[in-house]
Amino acid sequence: MSKSPRFSWFVFSSPQTFYPLAGTLQPWFAGLACVLCAAGLYISFLVAPTDAQQGESYRIIFIHVPAAWMSMFLYLVMGFWSGVGLVLNTRLSSMVATALAPTGALFTFIALWTGALWGKPTWGTWWVWDARLTSELILLFLYIGFMALQAAIDDQRRADKAGAVLALVGVVNIPIIYFSVQWWSTLHQGASVSMKSAPSMAATMLLGMLIMALGFWMYSIAAVLARVRCVILERERHTEWVMAEVGGPA
Amino acid sequence: MNWHSWSEFLAMGGYALYVWGSYAVTLIVLIGEIVALIMRRRGVIERLVKFYAARRRNHETEA
Repeated sequence: MSKSPRFSWFVFSSPQTFYPLAGTLQPWFAGLACVLCAAGLYISFLVAPTDAQQGESYRIIFIHVPAAWMSMFLYLVMGFWSGVGLVLNTRLSSMVATALAPTGALFTFIALWTGALWGKPTWGTWWVWDARLTSELILLFLYIGFMALQAAIDDQRRADKAGAVLALVGVVNIPIIYFSVQWWSTLHQGASVSMKSAPSMAATMLLGMLIMALGFWMYSIAAVLARVRCVILERERHTEWVMAEVGGPA
Repeated sequence: MNWHSWSEFLAMGGYALYVWGSYAVTLIVLIGEIVALIMRRRGVIERLVKFYAARRRNHETEA
């Protein structure tokens, strides 16, 4: 058997290879995010009709639901890369997990904030300690805890490991958030989109929500790629290639 | 089209505080993150340039 050089995805697990790739991809995701959010906002405000029950207040759904989805999805992705970093000891995986946390925390905050502003006119209260709201608040604390724990430990490898364990333990909260509306009686309405039944909303409302969700998704990728590039430069500063990248010969 | 005038659009059927409060804060948060990321990148590069310059000076004094 001849040993021909084969392409391997592990090529991209090297920070040196990933850094320029992330730099090339980032503007494309940022552009897609702008286009999708513009289209999503157009549908949300100008195409989607007024809701028969909630009037115009329902238009908060177009950011509330996509933000809540992203808050949970980004946590799962963070847990995944934390786990990969823990098992395979790949530096880049831990860097990606670190870069995901702030964006995830921001979307969690947006979901809680818009939820409060939607709760007031529809339920008559900004906040209730019910299962859905409380578990989403715990998600925010998990993100903040992950960031604080990593920041508090000077040794980078230990910081990554401790953060990864916290992230993985916290994954249990995601199904709790998602199924909370089924498991407990709650003020919060059930899932807006379900695989089993037809969507409980007008087609244009659903379309606007899905396009906004795609826009937030692309935004998240762009933000995380930009952040992971900063993290790579910081952590790999002792390498020749970062020195060359930042400028100037040794 | 849902709206007959700008004022009607801005009033959001009486829910202006809630709808615009949601959209405004979301916009502020996302723009804030973008600005923070741009500043972080500048800061990192600035720090590293100083770091390499200091290291180079040390090498020269040792030699």
